[in-house]
Amino acid sequence: MGTAGPMLEVSGLQASYGAGQVLFGVDLRVGEGEVVTLLGRNGMGKTTTVNAIMGLLAPKAGRVAFCGRELTGRPAHEAARAGLGLVPEGRQIFPNLTVRENLVATADGRGAWTLSRVFDLFPRLRERQDQMGGSLSGGEQQMLAIGRALMTNPRLLLLDEATEGLAPLIRKEIWQVLLSLKRAGQSILVIDKNLKALKRIADRHYVLEKGRIVWQGSGAELEAERERLERHLGV
Amino acid sequence: MDPILLAVQTLNGLQLGVLLFLVAAGLTLVFGIMDFINLAHGVQYMIGAYFAATFTAVTGSFLLGAALALPAAVLVGVALERVVFRHFYGRDHLDQVLATFGVIFFLTELVRVIWGPTPLSFPVPAWASHSVTLFGGATYPAYRLFIIGGGLAVAAGLYALVARTRFGMLVRAGASNPRMLQALGTDIKRLFLLVFALGAMLAGFAGLMAGPILSVEPSMGDNLLILAFVVIVIGGLGSIQGAFLGALLVGLVDTLGRSFLTDAVKLVLPASAAVDVGPALSSMLIYVLMAAVLIVSPTGLLPAKGATR
Repeated sequence: MGTAGPMLEVSGLQASYGAGQVLFGVDLRVGEGEVVTLLGRNGMGKTTTVNAIMGLLAPKAGRVAFCGRELTGRPAHEAARAGLGLVPEGRQIFPNLTVRENLVATADGRGAWTLSRVFDLFPRLRERQDQMGGSLSGGEQQMLAIGRALMTNPRLLLLDEATEGLAPLIRKEIWQVLLSLKRAGQSILVIDKNLKALKRIADRHYVLEKGRIVWQGSGAELEAERERLERHLGV
Repeated sequence: MDPILLAVQTLNGLQLGVLLFLVAAGLTLVFGIMDFINLAHGVQYMIGAYFAATFTAVTGSFLLGAALALPAAVLVGVALERVVFRHFYGRDHLDQVLATFGVIFFLTELVRVIWGPTPLSFPVPAWASHSVTLFGGATYPAYRLFIIGGGLAVAAGLYALVARTRFGMLVRAGASNPRMLQALGTDIKRLFLLVFALGAMLAGFAGLMAGPILSVEPSMGDNLLILAFVVIVIGGLGSIQGAFLGALLVGLVDTLGRSFLTDAVKLVLPASAAVDVGPALSSMLIYVLMAAVLIVSPTGLLPAKGATR
């Protein structure tokens, strides 16, 4: 599976919230083992793209296919079971479950990721495993959200705002973890504003503006056109 | 205050509290997880009593009747979810109230057509029809003790299910963020159906336990439903522990209030006035309790949702 063609293929994706259309035909692809970023200022449709891919928002038009499976308009649990692991905007951990329960409740249990592997990745979570999710700091919640997604053994990890609003030390730790995941072959689609950190781990970048992909290319290409792109990125 | 009367009324309060818990537990799970207001939950309690009365009469055994009534009550609950309720998830609360209110009318009338308007005879089983002597010579019906014990056992089992199992984790996660739960691979519609079936079973169980001491009639669920809503508001929406605490509080406050409030009022008012004020006050006592809880803790005593989201 996944040898021919990309792992995730999004084409012509259009989506609206109520009367306001947000996406006007987004095309993007993520290949096996790739780390791809989705860049753009706030309100350009990054989260909407992620939600439409996940099936949390029914697209108006276009197509989402994952590992050769048609996911367009399917409910979110099918996307998750097909292998999309979501780390959502705002983290959205379950505040009334303990750290361990957050990890175990939706775990897949049939793949490589186990509780102890997640705890090795984020030792703080091991220390706090019996605490309620709601009592964690923002950084710990983000670690938990990543660990929770990994426990579903995702073929592709979707990170909506990887380090938004976190302290510098925690950011560093999370980038380090993402780098180690990439080295282990994990495919990742990541949204963030930290270009410097993203350039270290990403293979390719997409720039989203007003609901359309306006640029795509490698890290080197991004660097070469940086000045021209900066107004799209709002950095 | 007569200690024997106090003991007996405390037991009565516990017994009401246990029944309330069984009804409120299903209601609070369904409301907490699916954000669905099911006014017909009281009807499911009533149907449990009817099934149990009928099957007991047919088989001649209370336990056999109960064993048949429980799955039958669950089947009715599942059928209602499939045919009616499922189409109202995510809709406005008013739509849900109207739809489930319609279900009350429909099922109440259907029960009347099938079993007739007169209350059904449902005798206390022979093995529990005696009285048990408590301390100080007070006696108490064994069957009511059986209700308390059975209800507490089910409460303990339910607590273990929600607190210790994977299913329980999903139920609690669903109560705080169903959308996220679905994005992590849980088929939320299936979870809803299971929770609904569980709620129907608990309500049916309450109905079959209450049948022999109450009048089995079509409207028997109506009053209990209002009390059950008070319970889940006091306890906190979606919280099983909250429902348990709230149910015992409401059961005890309501029962003890009705027994002793008039005497208490006599201490501060002339006897003639107290006779009028006491009963009026005692019937609104649980609503006063609810208001007081809401002032102190607007999300109830033990809310299911964490402090942060």
